[in-house]
Amino acid sequence: MINKIARSVADAMAGIQDGATVLIGGFGTAGIPNELIDGLIEQGAKDLTVVNNNAGNGDTGLAALLKAGRVRKIICSFPRQADSYVFDGLYRSGKLELELVPQGNLAERIRAAGAGIGAFFCPTGYGTQLSGDRETREINGKQYVLEYPIHGDVALIKAERGDRWGNLVYRKAARNFGPVMAMASSRTIATVHDIVELGDMDAETIVTPGIFVHQIVKIDRVATQAGGFKKAA
Amino acid sequence: MTMTNYQRRTKDQLAARVAQDIFDGAVVNLGIGQPTLVANHLPPGREVILHSENGILGMGPAPAEGLEDYDLINAGKQPVTLLPGGAFFHHADSFAMMRGGHLDICVLGAFQVSATGDLANWSTGEEGAIPAVGGAMDLAIGAKQTWVMMDLLTKKGESKIVDQCTYPLTGIGCVKRVYSDLATLECTPSGLKLIDKVDGLDHAELERLVGLPIAA
Repeated sequence: MINKIARSVADAMAGIQDGATVLIGGFGTAGIPNELIDGLIEQGAKDLTVVNNNAGNGDTGLAALLKAGRVRKIICSFPRQADSYVFDGLYRSGKLELELVPQGNLAERIRAAGAGIGAFFCPTGYGTQLSGDRETREINGKQYVLEYPIHGDVALIKAERGDRWGNLVYRKAARNFGPVMAMASSRTIATVHDIVELGDMDAETIVTPGIFVHQIVKIDRVATQAGGFKKAA
Repeated sequence: MTMTNYQRRTKDQLAARVAQDIFDGAVVNLGIGQPTLVANHLPPGREVILHSENGILGMGPAPAEGLEDYDLINAGKQPVTLLPGGAFFHHADSFAMMRGGHLDICVLGAFQVSATGDLANWSTGEEGAIPAVGGAMDLAIGAKQTWVMMDLLTKKGESKIVDQCTYPLTGIGCVKRVYSDLATLECTPSGLKLIDKVDGLDHAELERLVGLPIAA
């Protein structure tokens, strides 16, 4: 029998290794798997490379993981926020490496990893500092930059509902990076607020098929915190 | 101080000027900050679909106080609503909508725009600043038309439309139009072209302020 339902966050996090690349879903207040990030802090893996759109806010979640000194490198599109002081301090003191990636390249590089693409030519960032010294090519009169996939050893994502096969649906804009991160990682751990029987989710509307998901953990719903983003906007 | 016979467009007047050019049926992405004001000025009867980079088409206005849903936010992380007909999708699809040329118009702010449409809007290159780019580069080169909305001059009175951008580039030759507080200008491979200007500002004075030739 296939049963991807983990008994606890701690069970789900077991075996994440030092030096792992961890893809973490979420954009702003939506879709951040806070319980899994807390679980990763508890679990203790270090020397991590973290991939997320942002670089943490305030003192909780990703900021707490950074503050605990577990992260060597962060790959993100928008680290600067009104309350990203934990990241700011570590970055300025040289304790944290940053790879800044345009947001669409971040999403597409993750998608490419999940789809088995070796590299792709993308027009975004051509002629800018962020294209670095990567190969460029003119294709049909337009300029492109070679972009490489971003694989994860682990993806931590937040969904709304799931079943024991790992099928997932999301809620509103909390979907964001979840589906592509699930595809791109050797192991995907998702939180859900609701676990249902096989067949209870409409097969026509499943967003992430269970093949991309390895463990799901049920988390009780709490009121979503504003998390300081109102100020940052 | 030189005497002027003209008045700058206010932020709302500028937003209304941009909105006037957004056609019925357009799919539009409004950048963070000043461009979001444009949504308040769309002429009645014009149906426009707003795109948000974090996976929303058919984005509606801010919710009433107390009805905020933090799973439903815009790119600036502020709570929004979804209009009937709206849809959610993941990030790779959202940016495919830009890069794939499916988005009709995006409106962005800028630090500098060159006469030929180079855009600098993500970094001032300041030493020690924390860099952040978000979706700016993808939007700038992806939309069918990229419009910039900004004051024409810096607080020091220097033109933000320049021959060559000195700030780090966001994209090359990607800006089609600049909507500013003093004039609306088109960026073309051969330089600037006037679309309109505020009453009382004569052409020679506009060219003097910008420091570049502007075709009438």
